[in-house]
Amino acid sequence: MNVQIGVLALQGAFAAHSECLASLGVQSIEVRTPEQLIGVDALLMPGGESSTMSQLLESSGLFDPIAERISSGMPVFGTCAGMILLASEVLDGRSDQRNFSAIDISVRRNAFGRQLDSFETTVSTSVGEFHGVFIRAPRIERVGADVKVLGSINDEPVLVQQGNVLAASFHPELSGDARLHDYFVSMTSNKKKV
Amino acid sequence: MAVMVSTNGSSATGTQRVKRGLAEMLKGGVIMDVVNSDQAKIAEDAGACAVMALERVPADIRRDGGVARMSDPEMIMAIQASVHIPVMAKARIGHFVEAQILESLGVDFIDESEVLTPADETHHIDKFSFDIPFVCGATNLGEALRRISEGAALIRSKGEAGTGNIVEAVRHLRSILGDIRKITQADSAELFEWAKKLQAPLPLVQEIAETGKLQVPLFCAGGIATPADAALAMQLGAESVFVGSGIFKSDDPAPRAKAIVEATTHFRDAAVLARVSRGLGVAMTGIGMDEINETQRFAQRGW
Repeated sequence: MNVQIGVLALQGAFAAHSECLASLGVQSIEVRTPEQLIGVDALLMPGGESSTMSQLLESSGLFDPIAERISSGMPVFGTCAGMILLASEVLDGRSDQRNFSAIDISVRRNAFGRQLDSFETTVSTSVGEFHGVFIRAPRIERVGADVKVLGSINDEPVLVQQGNVLAASFHPELSGDARLHDYFVSMTSNKKKV
Repeated sequence: MAVMVSTNGSSATGTQRVKRGLAEMLKGGVIMDVVNSDQAKIAEDAGACAVMALERVPADIRRDGGVARMSDPEMIMAIQASVHIPVMAKARIGHFVEAQILESLGVDFIDESEVLTPADETHHIDKFSFDIPFVCGATNLGEALRRISEGAALIRSKGEAGTGNIVEAVRHLRSILGDIRKITQADSAELFEWAKKLQAPLPLVQEIAETGKLQVPLFCAGGIATPADAALAMQLGAESVFVGSGIFKSDDPAPRAKAIVEATTHFRDAAVLARVSRGLGVAMTGIGMDEINETQRFAQRGW
Protein backbone atom coordinates (compact mmCIF):
# COMPACT_ATOMS: atom_id res chain seq x y z
CA MET A 1 0.00 0.00 0.00
CA ASN A 2 1.23 3.47 -0.84
CA VAL A 3 1.64 5.58 2.22
CA GLN A 4 3.01 9.10 2.36
CA ILE A 5 5.04 9.72 5.50
CA GLY A 6 5.82 13.29 6.49
CA VAL A 7 9.02 14.10 8.34
CA LEU A 8 8.82 17.25 10.44
CA ALA A 9 11.77 19.25 9.09
CA LEU A 10 11.81 22.37 11.24
CA GLN A 11 15.13 21.46 12.86
CA GLY A 12 17.08 18.34 13.77
CA ALA A 13 17.79 14.90 12.35
CA PHE A 14 15.04 14.87 9.72
CA ALA A 15 17.36 13.88 6.85
CA ALA A 16 18.46 10.67 8.60
CA HIS A 17 14.79 9.65 9.07
CA SER A 18 14.04 10.25 5.38
CA GLU A 19 17.02 8.08 4.41
CA CYS A 20 15.83 5.35 6.77
CA LEU A 21 12.35 5.40 5.21
CA ALA A 22 13.86 5.41 1.70
CA SER A 23 15.78 2.23 2.58
CA LEU A 24 12.35 0.61 3.07
CA GLY A 25 11.18 1.95 -0.27
CA VAL A 26 8.80 4.34 1.50
CA GLN A 27 8.33 7.85 0.18
CA SER A 28 8.57 10.72 2.60
CA ILE A 29 8.21 14.46 2.33
CA GLU A 30 9.71 17.17 4.52
CA VAL A 31 7.04 19.10 6.42
CA ARG A 32 7.70 22.74 7.26
CA THR A 33 4.29 24.31 6.55
CA PRO A 34 0.61 23.49 7.22
CA GLU A 35 0.10 22.95 3.45
CA GLN A 36 2.75 20.22 3.40
CA LEU A 37 1.04 18.48 6.33
CA ILE A 38 -2.26 18.07 4.47
CA GLY A 39 -1.07 15.33 2.10
CA VAL A 40 0.66 13.08 4.63
CA ASP A 41 -0.77 9.89 6.20
CA ALA A 42 1.61 9.94 9.16
CA LEU A 43 4.21 12.19 10.73
CA LEU A 44 7.69 11.49 12.05
CA MET A 45 9.08 13.96 14.58
CA PRO A 46 12.87 13.77 14.70
CA GLY A 47 15.41 14.51 17.39
CA GLY A 48 16.95 17.94 17.64
CA GLU A 49 16.32 20.67 20.16
CA SER A 50 12.76 20.53 21.49
CA SER A 51 12.78 24.22 22.50
CA THR A 52 13.82 25.25 18.97
CA MET A 53 11.19 23.00 17.38
CA SER A 54 8.51 24.20 19.78
CA GLN A 55 9.11 27.81 18.72
CA LEU A 56 9.20 26.94 15.02
CA LEU A 57 5.96 24.94 15.38
CA GLU A 58 4.35 28.18 16.58
CA SER A 59 5.88 30.55 14.02
CA SER A 60 5.15 28.22 11.09
CA GLY A 61 1.52 27.77 12.16
CA LEU A 62 2.00 24.00 12.35
CA PHE A 63 1.26 23.41 16.03
CA ASP A 64 -2.55 23.44 15.91
CA PRO A 65 -2.96 21.53 12.62
CA ILE A 66 -0.63 18.78 13.89
CA ALA A 67 -2.48 18.61 17.22
CA GLU A 68 -5.78 18.20 15.32
CA ARG A 69 -4.39 15.50 13.03
CA ILE A 70 -3.00 13.54 16.00
CA SER A 71 -6.28 13.70 17.86
CA SER A 72 -8.13 12.48 14.76
CA GLY A 73 -5.86 9.42 14.66
CA MET A 74 -2.90 10.24 12.39
CA PRO A 75 0.01 7.93 13.33
CA VAL A 76 2.94 9.84 14.72
CA PHE A 77 6.42 8.71 15.79
CA GLY A 78 8.56 10.97 17.96
CA THR A 79 12.22 10.25 18.65
CA CYS A 80 14.15 12.03 21.43
CA ALA A 81 13.11 15.71 21.07
CA GLY A 82 10.12 14.44 19.06
CA MET A 83 9.12 12.31 22.05
CA ILE A 84 9.36 15.37 24.32
CA LEU A 85 6.98 17.24 21.99
CA LEU A 86 4.46 14.36 22.18
CA ALA A 87 4.59 13.82 25.96
CA SER A 88 1.83 14.87 28.33
CA GLU A 89 4.33 16.20 30.86
CA VAL A 90 7.80 17.70 30.27
CA LEU A 91 10.17 18.16 33.20
CA ASP A 92 13.18 20.52 32.98
CA GLY A 93 11.90 22.04 29.75
CA ARG A 94 11.53 25.75 29.10
CA SER A 95 8.44 27.27 30.69
CA ASP A 96 7.17 28.50 27.30
CA GLN A 97 7.83 25.15 25.58
CA ARG A 98 4.58 23.68 24.18
CA ASN A 99 3.92 19.98 23.80
CA PHE A 100 1.11 18.00 22.18
CA SER A 101 0.15 15.89 25.24
CA ALA A 102 -0.54 13.04 22.83
CA ILE A 103 0.89 10.22 24.94
CA ASP A 104 0.49 9.82 28.70
CA ILE A 105 4.13 9.88 29.79
CA SER A 106 6.30 12.22 31.86
CA VAL A 107 9.70 12.89 30.35
CA ARG A 108 12.68 14.77 31.70
CA ARG A 109 14.68 16.68 29.11
CA ASN A 110 18.42 15.77 28.89
CA ALA A 111 18.00 13.50 31.94
CA PHE A 112 20.79 11.16 30.82
CA GLY A 113 23.20 14.13 30.97
CA ARG A 114 25.30 16.17 28.60
CA GLN A 115 27.06 14.93 25.47
CA LEU A 116 29.82 13.20 27.51
CA ASP A 117 27.07 10.91 28.84
CA SER A 118 25.58 10.17 25.40
CA PHE A 119 25.83 6.44 24.71
CA GLU A 120 24.87 3.51 22.52
CA THR A 121 23.58 0.23 23.87
CA THR A 122 21.33 -2.74 23.19
CA VAL A 123 17.64 -2.16 23.78
CA SER A 124 15.21 -5.06 24.15
CA THR A 125 12.18 -4.21 22.05
CA SER A 126 9.05 -5.84 20.69
CA VAL A 127 10.85 -6.21 17.33
CA GLY A 128 13.82 -7.92 18.99
CA GLU A 129 17.16 -6.59 20.22
CA PHE A 130 17.79 -3.15 18.77
CA HIS A 131 20.93 -1.02 18.81
CA GLY A 132 19.88 2.23 20.50
CA VAL A 133 21.79 5.51 20.16
CA PHE A 134 21.05 7.94 23.00
CA ILE A 135 22.14 11.56 22.44
CA ARG A 136 21.68 13.93 25.41
CA ALA A 137 18.62 11.79 25.79
CA PRO A 138 15.40 12.44 27.72
CA ARG A 139 14.18 9.91 30.31
CA ILE A 140 10.67 8.53 30.56
CA GLU A 141 9.98 8.91 34.28
CA ARG A 142 6.31 7.93 34.34
CA VAL A 143 4.22 5.77 32.03
CA GLY A 144 0.41 6.10 32.08
CA ALA A 145 -1.90 3.08 32.45
CA ASP A 146 -2.91 3.10 28.75
CA VAL A 147 0.67 3.24 27.48
CA LYS A 148 2.38 0.06 26.24
CA VAL A 149 6.11 -0.28 26.87
CA LEU A 150 7.66 -1.74 23.68
CA GLY A 151 11.32 -1.32 24.56
CA SER A 152 13.49 -0.91 27.62
CA ILE A 153 17.02 -0.93 28.98
CA ASN A 154 17.43 -2.38 32.47
CA ASP A 155 13.63 -2.38 32.89
CA GLU A 156 13.54 1.34 32.17
CA PRO A 157 11.11 2.24 29.34
CA VAL A 158 12.70 3.82 26.25
CA LEU A 159 10.13 2.89 23.54
CA VAL A 160 6.42 3.39 24.22
CA GLN A 161 3.12 3.42 22.35
CA GLN A 162 -0.37 4.64 23.05
CA GLY A 163 -2.76 4.03 20.14
CA ASN A 164 -1.54 6.04 17.13
CA VAL A 165 1.39 7.57 19.04
CA LEU A 166 4.83 5.91 19.12
CA ALA A 167 7.73 7.47 21.02
CA ALA A 168 11.39 6.60 21.60
CA SER A 169 13.99 8.29 23.78
CA PHE A 170 16.73 7.05 21.42
CA HIS A 171 17.52 7.46 17.71
CA PRO A 172 16.53 4.47 15.54
CA GLU A 173 17.46 6.58 12.48
CA LEU A 174 21.15 6.51 13.47
CA SER A 175 21.73 2.76 13.78
CA GLY A 176 21.26 1.67 10.16
CA ASP A 177 18.39 -0.61 11.20
CA ALA A 178 14.96 0.26 9.80
CA ARG A 179 12.84 -2.21 11.77
CA LEU A 180 11.21 0.42 13.97
CA HIS A 181 10.51 2.61 10.93
CA ASP A 182 9.00 -0.47 9.30
CA TYR A 183 6.79 -0.96 12.36
CA PHE A 184 5.68 2.69 12.13
CA VAL A 185 4.92 2.29 8.42
CA SER A 186 2.81 -0.78 9.23
CA MET A 187 0.89 1.26 11.84
CA THR A 188 0.19 3.72 9.02
CA SER A 189 -0.85 1.14 6.40
CA ASN A 190 -3.11 -0.64 8.91
CA LYS A 191 -4.73 2.67 9.74
CA LYS A 192 -5.22 3.42 6.04
CA LYS A 193 -6.91 0.06 5.41
CA VAL A 194 -9.57 0.74 8.06
CA MET B 1 23.20 15.40 36.77
CA ALA B 2 24.86 12.62 34.80
CA VAL B 3 23.24 9.23 35.16
CA MET B 4 25.17 6.02 34.63
CA VAL B 5 23.54 3.40 32.51
CA SER B 6 24.92 -0.08 32.22
CA THR B 7 23.24 -2.66 30.07
CA ASN B 8 24.99 -6.01 30.32
CA GLY B 9 28.23 -4.05 30.14
CA SER B 10 27.62 -3.31 26.45
CA SER B 11 26.97 0.42 26.78
CA ALA B 12 29.51 2.67 25.06
CA THR B 13 30.14 6.42 25.27
CA GLY B 14 32.29 8.71 23.12
CA THR B 15 31.95 6.57 19.96
CA GLN B 16 32.05 8.01 16.45
CA ARG B 17 28.34 7.26 16.12
CA VAL B 18 27.51 9.10 19.31
CA LYS B 19 29.72 12.05 18.30
CA ARG B 20 28.31 12.34 14.78
CA GLY B 21 24.86 11.76 16.25
CA LEU B 22 24.93 15.08 18.09
CA ALA B 23 25.98 16.79 14.84
CA GLU B 24 22.89 15.23 13.18
CA MET B 25 20.70 16.73 15.92
CA LEU B 26 22.02 20.22 15.18
CA LYS B 27 20.98 20.14 11.51
CA GLY B 28 18.60 22.77 10.17
CA GLY B 29 19.49 25.03 13.06
CA VAL B 30 21.47 28.07 14.11
CA ILE B 31 24.45 27.98 16.49
CA MET B 32 25.06 31.42 17.95
CA ASP B 33 28.22 32.94 19.43
CA VAL B 34 27.54 34.34 22.92
CA VAL B 35 29.87 36.01 25.41
CA ASN B 36 27.76 35.82 28.59
CA SER B 37 24.66 34.20 30.11
CA ASP B 38 22.37 37.07 29.09
CA GLN B 39 23.28 36.63 25.44
CA ALA B 40 22.98 32.84 25.80
CA LYS B 41 19.41 33.26 27.06
CA ILE B 42 18.57 35.65 24.21
CA ALA B 43 19.94 33.04 21.79
CA GLU B 44 17.93 30.21 23.36
CA ASP B 45 14.79 32.38 23.45
CA ALA B 46 15.25 33.08 19.75
CA GLY B 47 15.40 29.35 18.94
CA ALA B 48 19.15 28.69 18.66
CA CYS B 49 19.87 24.93 18.59
CA ALA B 50 23.19 25.50 20.41
CA VAL B 51 25.43 28.31 21.60
CA MET B 52 29.17 28.84 21.22
CA ALA B 53 30.59 30.26 24.44
CA LEU B 54 33.52 32.62 23.90
CA GLU B 55 34.98 35.71 25.54
CA ARG B 56 34.98 37.93 22.48
CA VAL B 57 33.09 37.55 19.23
CA PRO B 58 35.37 37.27 16.17
CA ALA B 59 34.78 40.91 15.17
CA ASP B 60 36.26 42.03 18.51
CA ILE B 61 39.13 39.52 18.30
CA ARG B 62 39.94 40.99 14.89
CA ARG B 63 39.77 44.55 16.25
CA ASP B 64 41.78 43.89 19.42
CA GLY B 65 44.57 41.84 17.86
CA GLY B 66 46.99 40.01 20.18
CA VAL B 67 46.72 36.32 21.09
CA ALA B 68 43.20 34.90 21.28
CA ARG B 69 42.87 31.87 23.61
CA MET B 70 40.28 29.50 25.09
CA SER B 71 37.68 31.34 27.20
CA ASP B 72 37.70 31.52 31.00
CA PRO B 73 36.11 28.28 32.34
CA GLU B 74 34.04 30.33 34.79
CA MET B 75 32.32 32.14 31.93
CA ILE B 76 31.71 28.85 30.07
CA MET B 77 30.23 27.27 33.21
CA ALA B 78 27.93 30.26 33.76
CA ILE B 79 26.60 29.82 30.23
CA GLN B 80 26.18 26.05 30.73
CA ALA B 81 24.11 26.78 33.83
CA SER B 82 21.88 29.29 32.06
CA VAL B 83 20.58 27.29 29.05
CA HIS B 84 19.21 23.81 28.21
CA ILE B 85 20.58 23.68 24.66
CA PRO B 86 24.07 22.31 23.87
CA VAL B 87 27.03 24.54 24.70
CA MET B 88 30.12 24.56 22.48
CA ALA B 89 33.46 26.23 23.17
CA LYS B 90 36.61 26.95 21.18
CA ALA B 91 40.13 25.61 21.61
CA ARG B 92 43.16 26.86 19.67
CA ILE B 93 44.30 24.74 16.70
CA GLY B 94 46.63 22.06 18.06
CA HIS B 95 46.10 23.07 21.71
CA PHE B 96 45.02 19.71 23.07
CA VAL B 97 45.33 20.85 26.68
CA GLU B 98 42.71 23.55 26.14
CA ALA B 99 40.58 20.77 24.66
CA GLN B 100 41.20 18.56 27.72
CA ILE B 101 40.04 21.42 29.95
CA LEU B 102 36.91 21.97 27.86
CA GLU B 103 36.17 18.25 27.97
CA SER B 104 36.47 18.25 31.76
CA LEU B 105 33.95 21.12 31.87
CA GLY B 106 31.54 18.87 29.99
CA VAL B 107 30.97 21.18 27.02
CA ASP B 108 28.94 19.39 24.34
CA PHE B 109 31.17 20.17 21.33
CA ILE B 110 34.69 21.59 20.93
CA ASP B 111 35.45 23.91 18.02
CA GLU B 112 39.13 23.63 17.09
CA SER B 113 39.02 27.11 15.70
CA GLU B 114 41.11 29.30 13.43
CA VAL B 115 39.42 32.32 15.06
CA LEU B 116 41.75 31.75 18.02
CA THR B 117 45.51 32.04 17.56
CA PRO B 118 46.95 28.62 16.52
CA ALA B 119 49.08 26.87 19.15
CA ASP B 120 50.74 24.43 16.74
CA GLU B 121 51.78 25.24 13.19
CA THR B 122 52.04 21.62 12.07
CA HIS B 123 49.56 19.46 13.98
CA HIS B 124 45.88 19.64 14.62
CA ILE B 125 44.46 17.94 17.73
CA ASP B 126 44.12 14.13 17.66
CA LYS B 127 40.37 14.23 18.09
CA PHE B 128 39.99 10.46 18.42
CA SER B 129 41.59 10.69 21.86
CA PHE B 130 38.59 12.64 23.20
CA ASP B 131 35.06 11.57 24.14
CA ILE B 132 33.70 14.99 23.18
CA PRO B 133 32.93 15.59 19.50
CA PHE B 134 34.93 18.22 17.58
CA VAL B 135 33.93 20.61 14.83
CA CYS B 136 36.68 21.96 12.55
CA GLY B 137 36.74 24.59 9.84
CA ALA B 138 37.68 23.90 6.22
CA THR B 139 38.18 26.01 3.11
CA ASN B 140 38.19 23.07 0.69
CA LEU B 141 37.45 19.35 0.50
CA GLY B 142 41.03 18.25 1.17
CA GLU B 143 41.12 20.20 4.41
CA ALA B 144 37.72 18.80 5.41
CA LEU B 145 38.87 15.21 4.81
CA ARG B 146 42.12 15.73 6.74
CA ARG B 147 40.07 16.97 9.71
CA ILE B 148 37.70 14.00 9.40
CA SER B 149 40.69 11.63 9.30
CA GLU B 150 41.81 13.21 12.60
CA GLY B 151 38.39 12.47 14.12
CA ALA B 152 36.27 15.60 13.52
CA ALA B 153 32.54 14.80 13.85
CA LEU B 154 31.40 17.94 12.04
CA ILE B 155 32.87 20.25 9.41
CA ARG B 156 32.04 23.90 8.91
CA SER B 157 33.18 26.28 6.22
CA LYS B 158 35.71 28.71 7.67
CA GLY B 159 34.41 31.71 5.81
CA GLU B 160 36.10 34.83 7.16
CA ALA B 161 34.88 35.22 10.74
CA GLY B 162 34.13 38.64 12.17
CA THR B 163 33.65 40.35 8.81
CA GLY B 164 29.89 40.14 8.31
CA ASN B 165 30.83 39.30 4.72
CA ILE B 166 29.50 36.02 3.32
CA VAL B 167 31.77 35.90 0.25
CA GLU B 168 34.45 33.62 1.74
CA ALA B 169 31.93 31.15 3.19
CA VAL B 170 30.30 30.92 -0.25
CA ARG B 171 33.72 30.28 -1.81
CA HIS B 172 34.44 27.49 0.70
CA LEU B 173 31.03 25.81 0.41
CA ARG B 174 31.18 25.90 -3.39
CA SER B 175 34.67 24.46 -3.34
CA ILE B 176 33.81 21.60 -0.95
CA LEU B 177 30.46 20.71 -2.50
CA GLY B 178 31.63 21.28 -6.08
CA ASP B 179 34.52 18.84 -5.62
CA ILE B 180 32.16 16.29 -4.04
CA ARG B 181 29.94 16.52 -7.13
CA LYS B 182 32.96 16.06 -9.42
CA ILE B 183 34.23 13.05 -7.45
CA THR B 184 30.91 11.27 -7.87
CA GLN B 185 31.50 11.49 -11.65
CA ALA B 186 35.11 10.24 -11.49
CA ASP B 187 36.04 6.65 -12.42
CA SER B 188 37.96 4.46 -9.99
CA ALA B 189 41.38 5.28 -11.52
CA GLU B 190 40.73 9.01 -11.26
CA LEU B 191 40.04 8.69 -7.52
CA PHE B 192 43.76 8.07 -6.89
CA GLU B 193 44.53 11.39 -8.55
CA TRP B 194 41.79 13.09 -6.54
CA ALA B 195 43.26 11.78 -3.28
CA LYS B 196 46.68 13.05 -4.32
CA LYS B 197 45.37 16.43 -5.37
CA LEU B 198 43.31 16.87 -2.22
CA GLN B 199 46.08 15.47 0.01
CA ALA B 200 43.41 13.36 1.62
CA PRO B 201 43.19 9.65 2.54
CA LEU B 202 42.12 7.55 -0.47
CA PRO B 203 39.47 5.50 1.41
CA LEU B 204 37.63 8.72 2.37
CA VAL B 205 37.71 9.89 -1.26
CA GLN B 206 36.40 6.50 -2.44
CA GLU B 207 33.64 6.64 0.14
CA ILE B 208 32.54 10.06 -1.16
CA ALA B 209 32.51 8.70 -4.72
CA GLU B 210 30.05 6.05 -3.53
CA THR B 211 27.79 8.07 -1.23
CA GLY B 212 28.01 11.49 -2.88
CA LYS B 213 28.36 13.23 0.45
CA LEU B 214 30.79 14.11 3.20
CA GLN B 215 31.19 11.52 6.00
CA VAL B 216 29.99 14.04 8.59
CA PRO B 217 27.50 16.93 8.45
CA LEU B 218 28.66 20.14 6.75
CA PHE B 219 27.65 23.46 8.30
CA CYS B 220 28.38 27.05 7.27
CA ALA B 221 30.33 29.56 9.36
CA GLY B 222 32.09 32.84 8.84
CA GLY B 223 30.33 36.02 7.73
CA ILE B 224 26.60 35.37 8.12
CA ALA B 225 24.89 38.65 9.07
CA THR B 226 21.34 38.46 7.67
CA PRO B 227 18.49 35.95 7.24
CA ALA B 228 19.23 35.98 3.50
CA ASP B 229 22.87 35.04 4.17
CA ALA B 230 21.73 32.04 6.23
CA ALA B 231 19.30 30.92 3.51
CA LEU B 232 22.01 31.34 0.84
CA ALA B 233 24.32 29.03 2.78
CA MET B 234 21.52 26.47 3.18
CA GLN B 235 20.53 26.59 -0.50
CA LEU B 236 24.16 26.08 -1.47
CA GLY B 237 24.10 22.85 0.57
CA ALA B 238 25.12 23.70 4.13
CA GLU B 239 23.04 21.77 6.68
CA SER B 240 23.09 24.37 9.49
CA VAL B 241 24.67 27.74 10.16
CA PHE B 242 26.95 29.23 12.78
CA VAL B 243 26.39 32.93 13.37
CA GLY B 244 29.19 34.67 15.21
CA SER B 245 29.42 38.43 15.30
CA GLY B 246 26.40 38.87 13.02
CA ILE B 247 23.80 38.79 15.78
CA PHE B 248 25.27 40.54 18.79
CA LYS B 249 27.13 43.13 16.68
CA SER B 250 23.84 44.23 15.10
CA ASP B 251 21.56 47.01 16.37
CA ASP B 252 18.84 44.78 17.76
CA PRO B 253 20.08 41.21 18.40
CA ALA B 254 16.92 39.38 19.63
CA PRO B 255 14.68 39.92 16.57
CA ARG B 256 17.62 39.35 14.20
CA ALA B 257 18.45 36.08 15.96
CA LYS B 258 14.85 34.88 15.65
CA ALA B 259 14.70 35.93 11.99
CA ILE B 260 17.87 33.98 11.17
CA VAL B 261 16.42 30.88 12.91
CA GLU B 262 13.25 31.10 10.79
CA ALA B 263 15.25 31.77 7.62
CA THR B 264 17.39 28.68 8.24
CA THR B 265 14.31 26.44 8.55
CA HIS B 266 12.38 27.98 5.65
CA PHE B 267 15.46 28.56 3.50
CA ARG B 268 13.73 27.86 0.18
CA ASP B 269 10.63 29.93 0.92
CA ALA B 270 11.23 33.45 -0.40
CA ALA B 271 7.95 34.75 1.06
CA VAL B 272 9.03 33.71 4.56
CA LEU B 273 12.50 35.15 3.95
CA ALA B 274 10.95 38.47 2.90
CA ARG B 275 8.71 38.53 5.97
CA VAL B 276 11.45 37.79 8.50
CA SER B 277 13.91 40.21 6.85
CA ARG B 278 11.64 43.21 7.38
CA GLY B 279 12.43 45.88 9.97
CA LEU B 280 15.44 44.25 11.57
CA GLY B 281 17.39 47.49 11.87
CA VAL B 282 21.01 47.84 10.92
CA ALA B 283 23.10 44.71 10.39
CA MET B 284 26.74 44.70 11.47
CA THR B 285 28.72 47.05 9.26
CA GLY B 286 30.97 44.39 7.81
CA ILE B 287 34.35 44.47 6.11
CA GLY B 288 35.23 44.01 2.45
CA MET B 289 37.88 41.35 1.74
CA ASP B 290 40.15 43.94 0.08
CA GLU B 291 40.17 45.84 3.39
CA ILE B 292 41.88 42.94 5.18
CA ASN B 293 45.46 42.17 4.30
CA GLU B 294 46.49 38.57 3.78
CA THR B 295 48.15 38.15 7.18
CA GLN B 296 44.96 39.10 9.02
CA ARG B 297 42.83 36.41 7.42
CA PHE B 298 41.70 33.76 9.91
CA ALA B 299 40.83 31.26 7.16
CA GLN B 300 44.52 30.79 6.32
CA ARG B 301 45.18 29.34 9.76
CA GLY B 302 45.12 25.53 9.75
CA TRP B 303 46.32 23.24 6.98
